[in-house]
Amino acid sequence: MSSHLGGEPVTGARFHRGRITLGGIARGLLYLVLISGALFALLPFAWMASTSLKSLPEVARWPIQWIPSDPQWQNYATVFDHVPFLRFYANTIFVTLLRTLGLLITSSMAGYAFARLRFPGRDVLFLIYLGTMMVPGQVTIIPRFITMRLLHWIDSYQALIVPGLFSAFGVFLMRQFFMGIPRSLDDAAVLDGATHLDIFWRVCLPLSVPALATAVIFAFVGSWNDFLWPLIIINSVEKLVLSVGLSHFQDLYYTEWALLMAASMMAMAPVLLVYVLAQRYFVQGIALTGIKG
Amino acid sequence: MTARGRPANPLLRSERRWAVFFLAPSLIGFLAFTALPVVASLGLSFVKWNLIHPLEFVGLGNYAKAFGDMMFWRVLKNTVVYTLGTVPSAMVLSLALALALNQKIRGVTLFRGLYYLPVVAPMVAVTMVWRWLYNVNFGVINYVLSLVNVPAVPWLTSTRWAMPSVIIMSVWKSLGSGMVIYLAGLQGIPQHLYDAAAVDGANAWQRFRHITLPMLATTTFFVMVTSIISSFQVFGQVFVLTRGGPANATATMVYYIYQNAFQSFRMGFASALSWLLFAVIFVFTLIQFGSQREQVYYE
Repeated sequence: MSSHLGGEPVTGARFHRGRITLGGIARGLLYLVLISGALFALLPFAWMASTSLKSLPEVARWPIQWIPSDPQWQNYATVFDHVPFLRFYANTIFVTLLRTLGLLITSSMAGYAFARLRFPGRDVLFLIYLGTMMVPGQVTIIPRFITMRLLHWIDSYQALIVPGLFSAFGVFLMRQFFMGIPRSLDDAAVLDGATHLDIFWRVCLPLSVPALATAVIFAFVGSWNDFLWPLIIINSVEKLVLSVGLSHFQDLYYTEWALLMAASMMAMAPVLLVYVLAQRYFVQGIALTGIKG
Repeated sequence: MTARGRPANPLLRSERRWAVFFLAPSLIGFLAFTALPVVASLGLSFVKWNLIHPLEFVGLGNYAKAFGDMMFWRVLKNTVVYTLGTVPSAMVLSLALALALNQKIRGVTLFRGLYYLPVVAPMVAVTMVWRWLYNVNFGVINYVLSLVNVPAVPWLTSTRWAMPSVIIMSVWKSLGSGMVIYLAGLQGIPQHLYDAAAVDGANAWQRFRHITLPMLATTTFFVMVTSIISSFQVFGQVFVLTRGGPANATATMVYYIYQNAFQSFRMGFASALSWLLFAVIFVFTLIQFGSQREQVYYE
């Protein structure tokens, strides 16, 4: 029975349980599904890493060799000789940090207003916010582009940053989280003479770390991976961000697979790092909005 | 809250002032970069404008032009084919992964993290590696196929295989997001339902069919609506993998909008196209809302 299931984890599971029961077989199948799923998810990344270290003849070797015989670490350095990759990095980090910070401020403040304050038209306005989440970004991108032209912001950092400082989704996320914080905490603070700014800053925000972390990752990943907007708004090489820079690099060195893969690895690394560090919060946060949505 | 104007209650009055303070930063940006552009783009869809010559009002001309445009129907068909190819398969696979991950087994967190990796990875970077995976002569996919004696498939260069290539890659990229939402949905199903079913002697399939699936109805609905919306907006994969080719086999709605607006500078026509895209998405979403209501009554 166990022979066609195969694999380490199955024998491991059998070891713990002592004997194969129906549950044991199911468990084996389960691991089979999970591991093949993981292989499917990871294979492109492995192929990217492998190719990035290959020499020119090895890239075109058949049959395929997964482990490069002589890892070409200088491929990574060569990327910097061909394109101003460091500049792309600096631009992307600069834009992403400002966008993330700004989005956090605007979203949490508006979220607080929608969750805690009474003012005329509040619910209608919130519905309008929600409604625009359904409108595809392409509907707004043309007028946004025209607005940038009117402001003479085409090919500028402002154009990359300013429209990205606001997010209806961020407001939605923060509002949902603030609604879950008991009002009795506010009341206690009010008795101590706290203003709304105090309640926002000292009561609500410290209790909202999971929501803030989720917003940070969404904003960070969204900004880092943004492609269509920088593609249309930036013309000069020294203001390019990684996503578009990478795409231009591909146009120039269409078949230099090792270099393309090394560049991709480098463009991906920071976002994966942030993801790994805050992964726990991310999944929580998606559950938070996913279920309520 | 009851009447407009200045409320007598000083507390409410101060709350309004605070509301202005807290809302202003977000509201200004929201108006400038979302709300007004939505209105403006509707206006733009009734004019002819190439950014240089003065605006020319054409009424519904842009819409009429779209309906008479072979290319419009082509990209609409491509987008629908892409959606039908991506959404159902990604939903079934992500539900399967979520079911597997919902068991009490070792390494759940690790697997969950791994499956989600493609979702956060930059689209351009991963699309580049997929272009390489699909390479006719040296790509991994054709290599694996050659092991079972399948002749090399010209994935990205044939009109027949280009769209399936984009679809396979997109399923890979989006599996994780559906999985996470399904997982959250699964964890909301009360255990006692399964216990009761076990007492009644229900087998695994019956438990899945009569408890898990119905209890997941709202989650499934959410996943379906959001996946359809995002798949109608596909752009990055197409741009990097195929540039809409070969022979427009993978040109999608947004790719066509991009070409019209930012390569041919037909701002009015492109705006009309984007409203047509919105209309299509809206109709699809309405249909889903309708079918969900039926389901709820049916249960």
